[in-house]
Amino acid sequence: MSQAAVISHAAYAEHAEALGFWRKYVFSTDHKTIGKQYLGISLFMAIAGGFTAYAIRWQLAWPAAGIPGLGAITPHAYNSLVTMHGSIMVFWVAMPMLLGAFGNFCIPLMLGADDMAFPRLNMLSVWIFFTSALVLLASFVAPGGAAASGWTAYTPLSDTWTSAVWGQTMWLFAVALEFASFLIGGINFLTTAFTRRCAGMTLWRMPLLVWDEIAASVLFLLSVGPLVAGAVMLLMDRLLGTGFYDPSKGGDPLLWEHLFWFFGHPEVYVVALPGFGIMLEIMPVFARKPIFGYRTIIYSTIVAVGLSLIVWAHHMFVSGMDPRLATPFSVTTILISVPFAIIVFAMIATLWGGSLIFDTPMLFVIGGLASFIVGGVTGIFLGSAASDIYLHGTYFVVAHFHYTLFPVTFFGGYAGIYYWYPKMFGRMMDERLGKLHFWLTFVFFQATFIPLFLAGIGGTPRRVFMPSAYPSFASLQPLQVMATVATIGLIASQIPLVVNFFSSMFRGALAGRNPWRANTLEWTVDSPPPHGNFPDPPVARRWPYDYSVPGAASDWLPQVAETNPPAGIKVQRAS
Amino acid sequence: MVLAVMALIGAEVMFFGGLISAFYILRAGSFSWPPIGQPRLPIAVTGINTLILFGSAVTMRLGVRAAKRKRRVAVTRWLLATLILGSIFLAIQGSEWIRLIQYRLTVKSSLYGALFYTIVGAHAVHVAGAIGALLFVTCSASRGRYSDSDHDGLTACSLFWQFVVLLWGVIYAMVYLG
Ligand SMILES: [Cu+2]
Repeated sequence: MSQAAVISHAAYAEHAEALGFWRKYVFSTDHKTIGKQYLGISLFMAIAGGFTAYAIRWQLAWPAAGIPGLGAITPHAYNSLVTMHGSIMVFWVAMPMLLGAFGNFCIPLMLGADDMAFPRLNMLSVWIFFTSALVLLASFVAPGGAAASGWTAYTPLSDTWTSAVWGQTMWLFAVALEFASFLIGGINFLTTAFTRRCAGMTLWRMPLLVWDEIAASVLFLLSVGPLVAGAVMLLMDRLLGTGFYDPSKGGDPLLWEHLFWFFGHPEVYVVALPGFGIMLEIMPVFARKPIFGYRTIIYSTIVAVGLSLIVWAHHMFVSGMDPRLATPFSVTTILISVPFAIIVFAMIATLWGGSLIFDTPMLFVIGGLASFIVGGVTGIFLGSAASDIYLHGTYFVVAHFHYTLFPVTFFGGYAGIYYWYPKMFGRMMDERLGKLHFWLTFVFFQATFIPLFLAGIGGTPRRVFMPSAYPSFASLQPLQVMATVATIGLIASQIPLVVNFFSSMFRGALAGRNPWRANTLEWTVDSPPPHGNFPDPPVARRWPYDYSVPGAASDWLPQVAETNPPAGIKVQRAS
Repeated sequence: MVLAVMALIGAEVMFFGGLISAFYILRAGSFSWPPIGQPRLPIAVTGINTLILFGSAVTMRLGVRAAKRKRRVAVTRWLLATLILGSIFLAIQGSEWIRLIQYRLTVKSSLYGALFYTIVGAHAVHVAGAIGALLFVTCSASRGRYSDSDHDGLTACSLFWQFVVLLWGVIYAMVYLG
């Protein structure tokens, strides 16, 4: 089979020039095009997600005013907005950006492969994903409105009681399609990493982004099954009238929460790990220093993947589950912060003493890391059942998970966009607009969520449509207004990115092969790389992080470089 | 290909793990099992059916071995035998479902029925999928595809088949006998 694949691929490459517009840009099997398609869809969905954020925040700050562009909304519509915001941002922005876009674009290039192991399955995955996005967007105009039971779709809210009869079912179908897409994609990533590495590319020479994409894919494959089982049962409840989650028929609503969070917690890492991977990949390039603790980072990642499968019930401390379960789940939750702390320390140690170059990708990496640390530290209060019982229903939780997911998704994703844009499109993005984009995003992000931490500590309950319903929290209302003003600023801050993204495609300076003087294999080929990626199969001769090697002629040694530094100097810490 | 199927099987194990844990959680919370007025599951007939499916795992294995020994006709013959055994299994399952429905066991009659049809139905879908894959592989085999050194597709198909058979053993033990 592999031989046949090589022959057919060679034939394919010859005909690459002759491919028409549709085969080249729309129904393409080229992993680079598919990566860009994922990126495009995720950025488009981010607009939808951003709009829901704006509507939610406006309602919370000025509930009497009516939302400009949407008008006054009902409590049900508010619940729909919250549900769709969470669903869109996690499943249709974070995953396609961090896994779909950068996984597809980078993995084959970084491994020296001509494409994914299964290019046609890869095309199938992006089209299933596109369909899922359409189904989800269509549910906004479904009779009864979009799903309104939260991105967690808790039963019984999502069961037959909801008035979003169509919306909830469409939500389930959209999520099912999205899972199918990333299941196919994950299997493809895994198979590619184990069968398509070029000569010399041992596992211990793989760039950390590849490791993280693989770890995220494995974690997704292991965690999604129980949720799919739960979703099948929920769909049967809704369509066939079974009672899996209906206590009046002997069912158990908590069953859904267990199945959901068994997936839901790992899902955070499915998103976070590739975000870390991007940061880890960019850091050494702009610090001109080898990564600190390459193997330690990989081992920590594997430990985190394993532990993440046994922490889920920390989301259920106040759900009415058996309180005896709280202690073991508190312990595993606190434990899981250890591997992440190790990774964060490795990142800081990589930066320490480096000759830092503050180009836009690096700014997003550092800003993202700093913000993520806040998210990580505030998570400790929620992981411990004792303090969680007070904080769980408040805005503290909202601020906390935005401080974890926003940095990895947007700071990480933007860092990746600024860094790989030259490879994707052959031109550089504008640095001044990029820096403006970073500083505005960074400042408005903090200004949005710091007030929400304070509101949460003050006890303001989340998931409330009309804040004035609780007069006792009226004194905290200015915090909500601050957060809303900052959110509008945060959304407006994305304008420089949009301008930069499109104008650089035509007016940006030509990038050349290796504008960042980076070591990984993708920088050894043309920008953008041709179909088939490498004219001759590359050979990896070292790990990817040889920066500022003593005695070397330049401060970087690409993975393909043959020259060895003078004897007696230990270079390759790994391999 | 083999690695991809192994990854798929990993995800499938977790999927059925979710269904089976739901089975035990809901069963633990119920008053009597099976609920009053609901039929017991046909242990004996299904037991024989289980043996038929296990037999198909053996014929599958023999088919792979024949491919490794480059015996083209034998490969096709063993794969056909596997196909027939798998189809018999599905047919008997189907007729048992019809009988159970006549005894008023449906998805709506009780949680017991809902769980039974969900778990066994999900498995049946997998058997049907495996039969589809096997049909494709058998056609390729009859054209001599796997009698040279390349039996990647056959190995992958056989792996999935063995998984579906083994999974049935677990489901039979936990849902019918448990
Ligand atoms: Cu969690």
